[in-house]
Amino acid sequence: MRDRDGTEDEPLFRPYAVTGGRAEPRYHLAMETLVSSVALKSNDYSLLGPEQESIMMLCRTVRSVAEISALLRVPLGVARVLIADMADEGLVRLHMPQLNQGQPDLNLLERVLSGLRRL
Amino acid sequence: MAGGFGVGKTTFVGAVSEILPLTTEAVMTDASAGIDDLGLTPNKTTTTVAMDFGRLSLDQDLILYLFGTPGQHRFWFMWDDLVRGAIGAVVLVDSRRLADCFPAIDYFEEAQLPFLVAMNGWEGQFLHSEDEVREALSLPPHVPVVRTDARSRDAVKSTLISLVEYVLTVRAAYGRTY
Repeated sequence: MRDRDGTEDEPLFRPYAVTGGRAEPRYHLAMETLVSSVALKSNDYSLLGPEQESIMMLCRTVRSVAEISALLRVPLGVARVLIADMADEGLVRLHMPQLNQGQPDLNLLERVLSGLRRL
Repeated sequence: MAGGFGVGKTTFVGAVSEILPLTTEAVMTDASAGIDDLGLTPNKTTTTVAMDFGRLSLDQDLILYLFGTPGQHRFWFMWDDLVRGAIGAVVLVDSRRLADCFPAIDYFEEAQLPFLVAMNGWEGQFLHSEDEVREALSLPPHVPVVRTDARSRDAVKSTLISLVEYVLTVRAAYGRTY
């Protein structure tokens, strides 16, 4: 784990302790799968683990699995396990792209093209 | 985003990304490494592979992510994940070091992911023409070769537009497959 200034930093928590030693989530999350947190009552936050709370805070704006991994400075596989578990518990929602046989559908491509032209 | 080491992939991503490019890391254990001989090593060895990426919000509910491939192609297991759902790939080339991008081109042809080749200029100078690069890389005639400048937002934006236009053409001409 390396910062932009090149210093080594310990992550906030030991990645594989957090996931209970599991390295594979129950289902596969793509790096670009988008994650958003659901609104919780303030009391409910006390029931979350520290890493779950961080993810809840980060995903108040929609973020990809890759962003969560980068911002929490945990390996991608660890982020996938944490997020998959949180999705099962109903803490976060997952937003998958519209794929047609593994490829973005034409409507999505057209929207990307007009979005790029508007930039 | 693919291309040889030092060709400007992260610069290219950073030129249009709305966030500073971030780095995500995957941990590769000896079981998946394949190449390193760890048979005599009693401890399990892991390698960390980093991948830089940026983000572009195109609409309220549409976000485009740009991922840079890890340089060494033995780490391309990360790229296998990305090909599914990807729109296409930009192979960034320095025309003085064309051989650096052979592995990327082979990879995308094999994966049937549409790609274009973008020549990264040096101070606005291009030492070779599009045709010379096409010939040197033995590219099929339908694969676009464009000029770009990884430091320029407009140039990068226009490269991305060319890629999406190309992908739409490919889909129209060949159906779903490339």
